[in-house]
Amino acid sequence: MKLTANDVAEIMRLVDESGFDEINLEIEGVKLSLRRGGAGKISEIPSIPAQMTPDPSSPAKIENERKANTVMVVPEGAEVVRAPLLGTFYRAPKPGAEPYIDVGANVEPDTIIGIIEVMKLMNPVRAGVYGTVLAIVAKDNHLVEFDEPLMFVKKAS
Amino acid sequence: MPIRRVFIANRGEIAVRIIRTCRTLGIETILAVSKADRDSLPARLADKAICIGPSRPSESYLLIDTIVHAARCAGADAIHPGYGFLSERMALAALCEQQGIIFIGPTAAQIDAVGDKLKARAAAEAADVPVVPGGSVSSIDDSLALARRIQPPFLVKAVGGGGGRGMKRVDRIEELEQALSMASAEAGAAFGDSRVYLERFVEHGRHVEVQVIGDGLGGVVHLGERDCSVQRRYQKLIEETPAPGLSEKLRAQLHKAAVRFAERLRYRGAGTVEFLVDVDRDVFYFLEMNARIQVEHPITEAITGVDLVAEQLAIASGRGLRFTQQEINFTGCAIECRINAEDPLRNFQPSPGTVSEVQWPAGQSTRVDTHIGLGSVVPPFYDSLLAKVIIHAPTRSEAVSRMRVALSNTKVVGISTNLDFHANVLADPEFIAGGVDTGFLARFLDRGDVRKESDCRG
Repeated sequence: MKLTANDVAEIMRLVDESGFDEINLEIEGVKLSLRRGGAGKISEIPSIPAQMTPDPSSPAKIENERKANTVMVVPEGAEVVRAPLLGTFYRAPKPGAEPYIDVGANVEPDTIIGIIEVMKLMNPVRAGVYGTVLAIVAKDNHLVEFDEPLMFVKKAS
Repeated sequence: MPIRRVFIANRGEIAVRIIRTCRTLGIETILAVSKADRDSLPARLADKAICIGPSRPSESYLLIDTIVHAARCAGADAIHPGYGFLSERMALAALCEQQGIIFIGPTAAQIDAVGDKLKARAAAEAADVPVVPGGSVSSIDDSLALARRIQPPFLVKAVGGGGGRGMKRVDRIEELEQALSMASAEAGAAFGDSRVYLERFVEHGRHVEVQVIGDGLGGVVHLGERDCSVQRRYQKLIEETPAPGLSEKLRAQLHKAAVRFAERLRYRGAGTVEFLVDVDRDVFYFLEMNARIQVEHPITEAITGVDLVAEQLAIASGRGLRFTQQEINFTGCAIECRINAEDPLRNFQPSPGTVSEVQWPAGQSTRVDTHIGLGSVVPPFYDSLLAKVIIHAPTRSEAVSRMRVALSNTKVVGISTNLDFHANVLADPEFIAGGVDTGFLARFLDRGDVRKESDCRG
């Protein structure tokens, strides 16, 4: 069975209008997990670049986002590693250096996966789980909010 | 520099209030929210909400570096701190100054000057503003000499305290030594500052404060006074303007003293100079200055027609004062009731929860500042203010009677509120007569009217 983008959009709308926060759907080999609210604002909304300096003459317009009902697709069986604090997320120890981790890397709870900077104070972020990195959803050098998903990890069984 | 995008470092009704004026002025708003406030009304009204941390204020709304970092990354020109939280923290104003972000409020130096009670007292004396007889105490001998001069009863206050915290009444000189050492130890533990001072306790005092607004260059205009004497443990419950029953001479003296105090500081922005009016002696004393927008600012807006948040923004963007003292006209009377999520029958215990049904009053000259709607969650982490109901009427008696009607048309279901309690206070003959002192509410509670009335209602 083929699940089109329109189908997914329709399902999201149904979840949005329902009283449910999460849906796990499995149809003929296609698995879809949707979750709203609690996860906060995520991937499809561009974060604000940390380096952006305010230009008073022409401030970039803020898109009028509706925050409450954003939907995120979490891969089946994945663990979400979230930002433990608000700040600017860096994937590498310094500009131009190799990132701490990449997709496919194996991590342990103590593995450093990136840095969150708050007013020049660098806070290492650790994976917190054993597993394999499936995706890194937070953008390098961008502001992440508290609790925002940084990456998905397939838990080691 | 014009302000185009404001970062609001606050929550609740004041966040909604600030957003409302920003919208009118075409200014974008970015709201800092804790995890508990993600779905709050202000989070939905703001152009963008940024989650800065977990629900506890110490991990979110009180994090200065996080707030400034978020504001910078979001491209905000200015930070509005609202009231409470970081609004009077010198470190936030100083960091903004250092980072080139406009702090919508006074300068860091001014916050410092009025934040320390002893410094503020000295500043008042320097501005020829009367202060309560008393002073700082460093030794027991000093304090006994001072005590004999000002005569009991006394009030021992913590320099770092505020809002009624860190105060002790002492009735006899013999009790002073013990009270002082206890207060000092408590103040050290609670505020990290063990300094205390001693002053005359005013038996019948009224809390009257004057709203001022300054351009930061020495120009200051006052917007009249507010009487906030209806307090429970120093928490204001009902405020009104003008202060009823003051002689015009005393009223004018209060206004002038507040302006003198702010002028001397070259105060920038909106601020409030608080006074204690000694009813028995018909004199007043400087208490402190609040370097922020206040909860009760709407009653001043009602009788002057001035949008105080808009003026804060104008001054912060360098436009200065947009009116002279002569251009301020005072019309009628205004009264505000603070509707809190608390249970008067259980010693005013906070009552967090989910609002399952709500109806706010509406009508001519009725204003409701609130962040509470159907399904709103009142988290247990913050203060219990749900809404402020403000009535503006030609006379005080009309304002009071309209307030009673307004509150009878108000309904909040799902959590306990002080609505019935307000109704009882508004029906009290002493309150209706006007000009009560700060001891009024305690006497009212001692009479037990609350319990009786509420029991009748079942």
